Amino acid sequence: MQIHKYDTVIVGAGGAGMRAAIEATKRSRTAVLTKLYPTRSHTGAAQGGMAAALANVEEDNWEWHTFDTIKGGDYLVDQDAAEILAKEAIDAVLDLEKMGLPFNRTPEGRIDQRRFGGHTRNHGEAAVRRACYAADRTGHMILQTLYQNCVKEGVEFFNEFYVLDQLLVEVDGVKRSAGVVAYELATGEIHVFQAKAVIYASGGTGKFFKVTSNAHTLTGDGQAAVYRRGLPLEDMEFFQFHPTGIWRMGILLTEGARGEGGILRNKDGERFMEKYAPVMKDLASRDVVSRAIYTEIREGRGCGPEGDHVYLDLTHLPPEQLDAKLPDITEFARTYLGIEPYTDPIPIQPTAHYAMGGIPTNVQGEVLSDNSTVVPGLYAAGEVACVSVHGANRLGTNSLLDINVFGRRSGIAAAEYAHANDFVPLPEDPASLVEEQVERLRDSNGTERVSVIRTELQECMDANVMVFRTEQTIKTAVEKIGELRERYRNVAIQDKGKRFNTDLLEAVELGNLLDLAEVMAVSALARKESRGGHYREDYPNRDDVNFMRHTMAYREVDATGVESIRLDYKPVVQTRYQPMERKY
Amino acid sequence: MSTPTLDKHSAALDAAEVTDAHLITITLRIRRFNPEVSADPEWVDYQLPIDPKERVLDALHKVKWEIDGSLTFRRSCAHGVCGSDAMRINGKNRLACKTLIKDINPDKPITVEAIKGLTVLKDLVVDMDPFFQAYRDVMPFLITKGNEPTRERLQSAADRERFDDTTKCILCAACTSSCPVFWNDGQYFGPAAIVNAHRFIFDSRDEAGEQRLEILNDKDGVWRCRTTFNCTDACPRGIEVTKAIQEVKRALITRRF
Repeated sequence: MQIHKYDTVIVGAGGAGMRAAIEATKRSRTAVLTKLYPTRSHTGAAQGGMAAALANVEEDNWEWHTFDTIKGGDYLVDQDAAEILAKEAIDAVLDLEKMGLPFNRTPEGRIDQRRFGGHTRNHGEAAVRRACYAADRTGHMILQTLYQNCVKEGVEFFNEFYVLDQLLVEVDGVKRSAGVVAYELATGEIHVFQAKAVIYASGGTGKFFKVTSNAHTLTGDGQAAVYRRGLPLEDMEFFQFHPTGIWRMGILLTEGARGEGGILRNKDGERFMEKYAPVMKDLASRDVVSRAIYTEIREGRGCGPEGDHVYLDLTHLPPEQLDAKLPDITEFARTYLGIEPYTDPIPIQPTAHYAMGGIPTNVQGEVLSDNSTVVPGLYAAGEVACVSVHGANRLGTNSLLDINVFGRRSGIAAAEYAHANDFVPLPEDPASLVEEQVERLRDSNGTERVSVIRTELQECMDANVMVFRTEQTIKTAVEKIGELRERYRNVAIQDKGKRFNTDLLEAVELGNLLDLAEVMAVSALARKESRGGHYREDYPNRDDVNFMRHTMAYREVDATGVESIRLDYKPVVQTRYQPMERKY
Repeated sequence: MSTPTLDKHSAALDAAEVTDAHLITITLRIRRFNPEVSADPEWVDYQLPIDPKERVLDALHKVKWEIDGSLTFRRSCAHGVCGSDAMRINGKNRLACKTLIKDINPDKPITVEAIKGLTVLKDLVVDMDPFFQAYRDVMPFLITKGNEPTRERLQSAADRERFDDTTKCILCAACTSSCPVFWNDGQYFGPAAIVNAHRFIFDSRDEAGEQRLEILNDKDGVWRCRTTFNCTDACPRGIEVTKAIQEVKRALITRRF
């Protein structure tokens, strides 16, 4: 076991982690621990754009953006945070441009902007061009630009280091962050990183679904690490299903395709979104469009022999426009479906895309241990966190924005905290939990296979807690997850070595997914209303009287060692916007 | 380091017995190497049923998840944007997640091995550090002089288009590890680093083109390129790599960029 000492440790090197690292490295001795090489992170898969009311191509302002974000999130958004997001968006985009990001340009040479779902002028009048973009690889360009600037700033990376545990120590009656414990993939060695400040920026949890746009590596490692140490997870029942994933594969086809004029059609060729969202049509918010697609499918208007998908039609758009604005997604259709988007519509279905919930933080990125108490020295930003700017449903282009605004904020806040505070002494035997976990998996003679349990989990989640949920389906999921968690104790791996043991880490990741799936299902069961991405067929309406509040889920262990989940609730921060019925 | 033994493994073939009409049986021939087990690499055959529309990455996952969990490779996004899974498939550098079984003649064994020119650490995993070092050496970040403008820097659509192709790079190393010059001499910067230098040299906002050109004027720089076009063939993003290298060479001569 090695022990390292840094002022600031950042867990994860996607957009949020690297944006934080650029700030933290300027101000403090910083290490970035990442399970992937930085440029492999899933920020790079984001396509369509990053929202900011630059007003480069038409009238726009940050107040309209704030409103759209709150309405898009079905009023579960903390309005103070949304206001910061929309205000700081403008500098966040300009900062990236100054760092070198090659945005598409207007004829005047300014950053070009395009339409995106749920982004409107004057509180819903019509779609507005707010998404700043670089073709359909905006996330790729953000990830590359941030990495380039990390190289410039000399950011210190520990590549292929898996953070498996969060160290919390009580000092003077206050639970503080003392550092993290990481597993080095190349050697199997365990490292303790003592740090004054720790920032989680480790991304989402989408891999507990089967049809998902998420990378294989999005297994909720950060959420699981803090949850196991008794910290809460907020709003985990809210998961976004992106309307346009490639049929059966789930690969993302950007909403920018509809922003450029693409249309969703059912088997009769009907533009069905006109029925569900008369004003915004195909550019209604994602939860609305995903439900509309499944409604079409359920009512027998789906396409294909099994009627299990609909079409994204780009055939009326000029090929030059597709080549210039949507080169990657048209290439995906050709590569994976053998379809030519110039002439044929693309089969799509909703795909599990984004966790609105996560580790609760305030607007400085400080992690909360309950509804209001900060854990000194602990921060989170990006998809792993819940600020909450996305509420019950995130608007497209607001995630690339979130990682830049709150990545930057948490990087600054963490480094400043590190300056003002001393190291917290490490607990005795700091690596014990990780050592025990790794040894147990490596030495197990169990009979269960990681891939079997994972597949059963993913199928269960797709079947029971996806776009439509009921008490019965959620209960089925809770029960099944409980069974899988039990079987997971008996899991064994084949690779017993130390060198690049990805077999072992897939087992660890599955453990994380199982814990988080349970939190999601239990949180969803208790929320007896429909709001944003959480749609209960047995409670189809939003219930502001009983559920205008964030879910806070805590892991509890009783004296006999039995685990359970305790749910609590946190009020939503409302500033100037009163909840209204949500129509597009 | 050549081919010693050939083992045969089958993925529950008897049980699954290709009942689905659209499934075919393929043989994956993978060059396995684990210095914890043996100092020598070996080719190992795995037979498995698979839908030909699936990816080579799916086939590798089937091996790892159903036959031998010790098979080791990097992967993440599984659709060609993260750059983790460049490998040699039937002798050509490709991304396993962008290569469909049906596109590579499934009737014969499909060979899969680590990319060349970088040290193999285990199975399909190579040491990427020299690759990223060459990338860092070309100063892959925007360098400007003077005060920053309040708003964005202006750039015409045509100036933006000038370096569009080389912004697509995902640093997968498929190009660099397909280059015979790089195989013979690991000191050569390699195509990927030059592509990333090109991305800044031809960016109208950048003011350090001369410095980057001097770096690439080195004995291990662009002049080592022998225009074999392996890199262009290998690029999963369709970047005209050789053309970019030629443009850098031309800029070195004309000092115009």
